[in-house]
Amino acid sequence: MSEKEHDTQVSVRGVGGTVRRLGRMVAEGQAGSLLVILMIAAIWIFFQVMNANFLSPANLTNLMLQNVAVATISIGVVLVLLLGEIDLSIGSISGLCAAVMAVLIIKHNVSPVLAVLAALATGAAIGLFTGFMVTRFRIPSFVITLAGLLAWEGLQLYVLGATGTINMPNDFVTKLTSTFFSSLIGLIIAVLAIVFMCGLAFLGRVRRRRAGLPAGPMRAQAIRIVLIGAVIVAAIVIFNKDRGLPLAVLIVVGLALAFAYITQQTRFGRHVFAVGGNAEAARRAGIRIDRVRIIVFVVASALAAGGGILAASRLLAVNQSSGGSDLLLMAIAGPVIAGTSLFGGRGSVWSALLGALVIGSIANGMDLLSLSSSVKFMVTGAVLMLAVTLEAATRLQRQTDD
Amino acid sequence: MNATTKAPPLLALKGVSKRFGPLEALTGVDFEVDAGEVVALVGDNGAGKSTLVKAIAGVQLCDEGTFFMRGTEVTVSSPKDATALGITTVYQDLALCDNLDIVANLHLGHERFVESAARFSGYIDEIEMEKSSLKLLESLAVTTIKDVRAHVASLSGGQRQAVAIARSLLGEPSVVLLDEPTAALGVVQTKQVLNCIRTLRERGLGVVIISHNLADVFEVADRIVVLRLAARVATFDVRGVSHEDVVAAITGAEFGAAPNEPKERT
Repeated sequence: MSEKEHDTQVSVRGVGGTVRRLGRMVAEGQAGSLLVILMIAAIWIFFQVMNANFLSPANLTNLMLQNVAVATISIGVVLVLLLGEIDLSIGSISGLCAAVMAVLIIKHNVSPVLAVLAALATGAAIGLFTGFMVTRFRIPSFVITLAGLLAWEGLQLYVLGATGTINMPNDFVTKLTSTFFSSLIGLIIAVLAIVFMCGLAFLGRVRRRRAGLPAGPMRAQAIRIVLIGAVIVAAIVIFNKDRGLPLAVLIVVGLALAFAYITQQTRFGRHVFAVGGNAEAARRAGIRIDRVRIIVFVVASALAAGGGILAASRLLAVNQSSGGSDLLLMAIAGPVIAGTSLFGGRGSVWSALLGALVIGSIANGMDLLSLSSSVKFMVTGAVLMLAVTLEAATRLQRQTDD
Repeated sequence: MNATTKAPPLLALKGVSKRFGPLEALTGVDFEVDAGEVVALVGDNGAGKSTLVKAIAGVQLCDEGTFFMRGTEVTVSSPKDATALGITTVYQDLALCDNLDIVANLHLGHERFVESAARFSGYIDEIEMEKSSLKLLESLAVTTIKDVRAHVASLSGGQRQAVAIARSLLGEPSVVLLDEPTAALGVVQTKQVLNCIRTLRERGLGVVIISHNLADVFEVADRIVVLRLAARVATFDVRGVSHEDVVAAITGAEFGAAPNEPKERT
């Protein structure tokens, strides 16, 4: 009841009210994506001041291409985190699946498309194994995927064989990250995206009104569309100043759209949130929670394989360190920085892209400044700690509110 | 909607017994609830209330005993059986997902789909679900919930209880079991929940509440069934019985002289 009073206080008009409402939104985690966008803006301004090349179209395009692999893996991580689970083996899976693809293409003359499909299937099979172990034997996902982290990396080394490095020929796979659309196509895609967004919003309002339900504030929706539209247009303009809209970026955004739809609009997505929020309640509601868990692990591992393929495409090779070093941490840290809870049930697929952008921007900027790995690791670690602390504080706030 | 005196009770249990090893949790207990009646199940901790409710809900099977639904013998050997018979249970923990909104919680596991969209796409019909949520809460006379899109985490205890009760009604049940519906609620919220329970009675449902709070029991129940040491020791009509009588039956009249003779003893 004190909450009700608080609400009316906050809704008092005026600057003070707005600021307090914003503060409350941040505390409740509703303004998560807004906060991340401000964070990205701050990072970009900082590095632009330090190095005038940072915001150049060429570097921004590179920045995006550097991040497509991590962002793809992060989409899968978001799904796993929504369940309240974790998958520490995704880095190794991405390396192993890329190795499978490379070996099939180079050593067995398999067609690249088939090899890519085989790599994705390998990822899915590993996910099935993880999901089975987690649900059948109740092994914490943390433990089973920690074992997987080592095991799949070992298998990757075995698959790669004595040479250790396989260079990718200039074909289907490398074209994934080296294809750029012409200015015209880029613009058409931008216009279509904006029209699509407006159409969806309009249809949604019409349907709600027809059903006799309040359609919600139009202004907030309009502002959202204008902002997102502006970002799309700005991105296309910048890409067009360089080589054009990269195919890989389109793939990643398409994946994010697909999984945003699945998590937010479909029954399966609803059940993922329910299992992450209260598994026992979900079970009693008749949801087959083990099935949901297994599917999520399968999808996440397949996405990890997809990330591995994109990484191989960009690096033009698969080697023993593919999928290793900090890839795993980056892929998990990104969504968490951008507001997906480590404790399950809260988050969004978009946090995968935003988080990858935050971490990628920091990495790219520090590369431009020629900082050493030691500094890079420390800075990235500090950002992650900050994000997790913020999340924990939000959680505490929510609990004291109840 | 009150059942005529001749009609068999909506739900009746005869001679229910349950043992946990050497411990007798229920010994030959009879229980019945009529349509349009609120029966309170009271008793001290360990008296067998939960065991009885779990048996009715099909969560934990009893060793002996027969179930009758409107006079016909039925078997309840799983929660599914109970649901199919129209028996629904609201547990004390409510089993709500804090991270989802009221609409999603009400329809959890029973999401509706847009007819035109391909069924396999699993596209949820949010509008239909929102409409039915509003209707459901309205039918329960829940006026304190303004926004069905609010996350359950932001609701008060009474509102959460109301959402849990509303959800139990989605399957059009005839018997609702409520486990401690007013525990840990404030005065105003308790009132709201009790109002909810009265609405259930007016709709002609048979309602069973387990409660430790005799004030609430007296306010909402029609009959009080007292369990003590695994047996049903007394049944009271709420009209014409005092708190002391009930407390005496619960405790076995350890406090002072025996009060009015209860109507029945087993």
